[in-house]
Amino acid sequence: MELAFYIAGAVAVLSTILMLTRLNIVHALLYLIVSLLAVAVVFYVLGAPFVAALEVIVYAGAIMVLFVFVVMMLNLGKHSVEVERQWLTPGIWTGPVLLASVLLIEVVYLMRGVPAASGSGAVDPKAVGTALFGPYLIGVDLASMLLLAGLVGAYHVGFRKSEKSGNRTGDAT
Amino acid sequence: MRNGLLLAGILFSLGLTSLLVRRNLIFVLMSLEVMLNAAGLAFVVAGARWHQADGQIMFLFILAMAAAEVAVGLALAVEIYRRFKSLDVDKLSNMKG
Amino acid sequence: MLGLLWLIPALPFASALVLMLSGSRFPRKAATALGVGSIGISAVVTILVAASFFTAPPPDHSYTQLLWTWINVGGFNPEIALRLDALSLVMVLVVTFVGFLIHVYSAEFMMEDEGHSRFFAYMNLFVASMITLLLGDNLLLLMLGWEGVGLCSYLLIGFWYREPANGHAARKAFVVTRVGDTLMLIGLLLLFTQLGTLQIHDLMQRASERWPAGSGYAVAAALLLLGGAVGKSAQLPLQVWLPDAMAGPTPTSALIHAATMVTAGVYLIARTHVLFSLAPAAQLAVALVGAGTLLLAGCSALTQPDIKRALAYSTVSQIGYMFLALGVGAWQAALFHFFTHAFFKALLFLGAGVIINALHDEHNIFKMGGLRKELPVAFWTFLIAGCSLAGLPFFTAGFFSKDLIIWEAWSADHGHPGFWIAGMVGALLTSLYTFRLIFRVFFGPLGTPVTKRPGYTMTIPLAVLALFSFGAGYLKEPLLGFLHSALPATIEARTGGMTEAGSEAVAAVVFLVGLYLAYLFHLRKRSLAEAAVSNPVGSLLHRWWFADWGFDWVYDKVFVLPFIWAAQINKSDFIDAFYTGVARLADLFYRGLSRTESGRLRWYAAGVAVGSVVFLAMVLFR
Repeated sequence: MELAFYIAGAVAVLSTILMLTRLNIVHALLYLIVSLLAVAVVFYVLGAPFVAALEVIVYAGAIMVLFVFVVMMLNLGKHSVEVERQWLTPGIWTGPVLLASVLLIEVVYLMRGVPAASGSGAVDPKAVGTALFGPYLIGVDLASMLLLAGLVGAYHVGFRKSEKSGNRTGDAT
Repeated sequence: MRNGLLLAGILFSLGLTSLLVRRNLIFVLMSLEVMLNAAGLAFVVAGARWHQADGQIMFLFILAMAAAEVAVGLALAVEIYRRFKSLDVDKLSNMKG
Repeated sequence: MLGLLWLIPALPFASALVLMLSGSRFPRKAATALGVGSIGISAVVTILVAASFFTAPPPDHSYTQLLWTWINVGGFNPEIALRLDALSLVMVLVVTFVGFLIHVYSAEFMMEDEGHSRFFAYMNLFVASMITLLLGDNLLLLMLGWEGVGLCSYLLIGFWYREPANGHAARKAFVVTRVGDTLMLIGLLLLFTQLGTLQIHDLMQRASERWPAGSGYAVAAALLLLGGAVGKSAQLPLQVWLPDAMAGPTPTSALIHAATMVTAGVYLIARTHVLFSLAPAAQLAVALVGAGTLLLAGCSALTQPDIKRALAYSTVSQIGYMFLALGVGAWQAALFHFFTHAFFKALLFLGAGVIINALHDEHNIFKMGGLRKELPVAFWTFLIAGCSLAGLPFFTAGFFSKDLIIWEAWSADHGHPGFWIAGMVGALLTSLYTFRLIFRVFFGPLGTPVTKRPGYTMTIPLAVLALFSFGAGYLKEPLLGFLHSALPATIEARTGGMTEAGSEAVAAVVFLVGLYLAYLFHLRKRSLAEAAVSNPVGSLLHRWWFADWGFDWVYDKVFVLPFIWAAQINKSDFIDAFYTGVARLADLFYRGLSRTESGRLRWYAAGVAVGSVVFLAMVLFR
């Protein structure tokens, strides 16, 4: 089982790195989907099949698809690749890489006391469901309200009154 | 467990780098997703270590939040594209000073 | 009945407060009724109190009404107490009665003005402060009234504040009287530290017990109080503010700068006469100031083309007479002259107001003329007042009072023939400038045509005041007898070849000479006047006297310009640098910090990341 974990982890890291260096948005999106799937495998290995399924269905399946829809709608084309090339000069990477690596080193240092691997902590979906209907019930309600708010907000922001100047209602934000 | 947390940390810092580097608004949103995912991974790892469902439930909530955020964020991105005719994040600096 | 004493200042105070708070929200008629009515009721109460005082005089001829204790700190406890005796009663009667007539007059005068209720508020506040000054039992309360009248004078001179010149005149008045007020305050402090009280009655008693005649403290205190009086009453050397104060509305000039406020100095000296009796040097100074002022101002009045300025100089001159009387020890004569002067000077000013109003704001007497037929009421009342001022024998009040002073200047204990001569020359000048005004304004060919005629509200006060200018002289004996209870009698020392009748005869002759000269120069052969002014000596004198004997110029060069120069070079001194330094520091921080707010998303995200790195480091490596 450990091997699956390491391979999936490597795939996730590799595809994330590839994702953030792509010039074409759609390519980057696809690499991101691969990364999410790899993480789903990691979840399964850890003994959380419910979450693995959620990751695939919701994250990679809905959210990323939403991204793809929007990117396709914006229809950015070849021009955007040129623009990205202009923006992504090599020099621009130094600062953020430095910062992120410092943060990573600190986090690693934090984790020095944690044991390398512990037993299989498999938690089956039934336990998750019981907890959701039990102590976390109010969290579920709040999450649904959040989703409702997101829905209404997204609808309102994106609403177009007419074909000509659809920005009038959009101004209200 | 340490390896799991390490993986989460690496993914998170990769997402942070991407956030700080890229100028396209869609890329910014994507890197946010990466960071959220990494955080969720850390939660699930911790939940597996303690043998409790809390980690997975936390991941569920993070997922719901990410979904809502993406919906609104993409709607805003579309609106911004309509207004400014570009997705350059640096163009949105009217609140400076 | 005497218990109603507190109403006399309280009613105008209350009315002023109401008018100031409600302002223009009152309809015009209501504000006028309130402003005039409060003074009217105050006058009625004064008459009732006076009647009670006359018929049943309280013990020791003085009545004190304690209202409450003002301050009570370590042995220093001045009270709000009103003290009524003959001196203050006479003055309060004049203030309320003349004040009431002037308020009635100004009801019509200020009818169309937009600052209407503000005017009545200030005038009421003035009357209230003046009465507080007069009725104050201790010097601190007197000082309160003193400052109050100074404030109202400032407010009323600069009443038409939109015109910058009026503001300058108001400031000049305030600053100059401030000089006097400071001297008076130092005098108060001296008196308190040496004698331990500010209550006037106790003060005078302790002074006469502890300080021998001619002691340094007495002289110093008296001179300092004289300084205050000189400032408020516009005597030498602080007389420069009164002519400019004519920028205010005419009722103000009549009330404040003729009848009441400028006599506050006279009141102060009369009140503290014990102190002055203990300091002959100071009393001599008072007399010299009086004599000098009356001559100086008389000469200046002769050259003024503006009718109100001429009357202002005349006021300065007449108060000089009162100071002269105080200086030679003729206390009651000074008060008698105040009594008559209030009536005829107020009348002169109100008449001038009628003329100025009728000629649509024309102030220059050389542009007026022939108003005898056009404004008959104004003419006759102005004539009566002018004759009273100049001293027409036997028929006018001014004759009796001014003559008494000139006689006392000769015959009193501290009198001197020099003062008598000064008084006579002053009388000549008075007659001359008064009739110059009358002949130029009312006689001769018609100058500026009349556009507005006064109504009854303006002419009835004129008539009443004229009656008093005429008849108040006959009250001489009763008044002097009444004042005897508060002021010591004048000690007649010498007669030296002159009797009172003789002095009066000389005064009558002087009056006629002045009348004839004025007739000659200003009616019969007006070219003589031009000739007198255009020859070299004449024109020099004319310009010098017109500029108030150069006092304004001297003050400007000696005080004002160096002060402005010092303020200019000190504009950015080190104290200022501290404050501007604070501002500059804040600006520096602003500039620095505003650069962190670039508006760019990635910059802010980097900030968050850096912050979390630092925070983690702090947690890890503590």
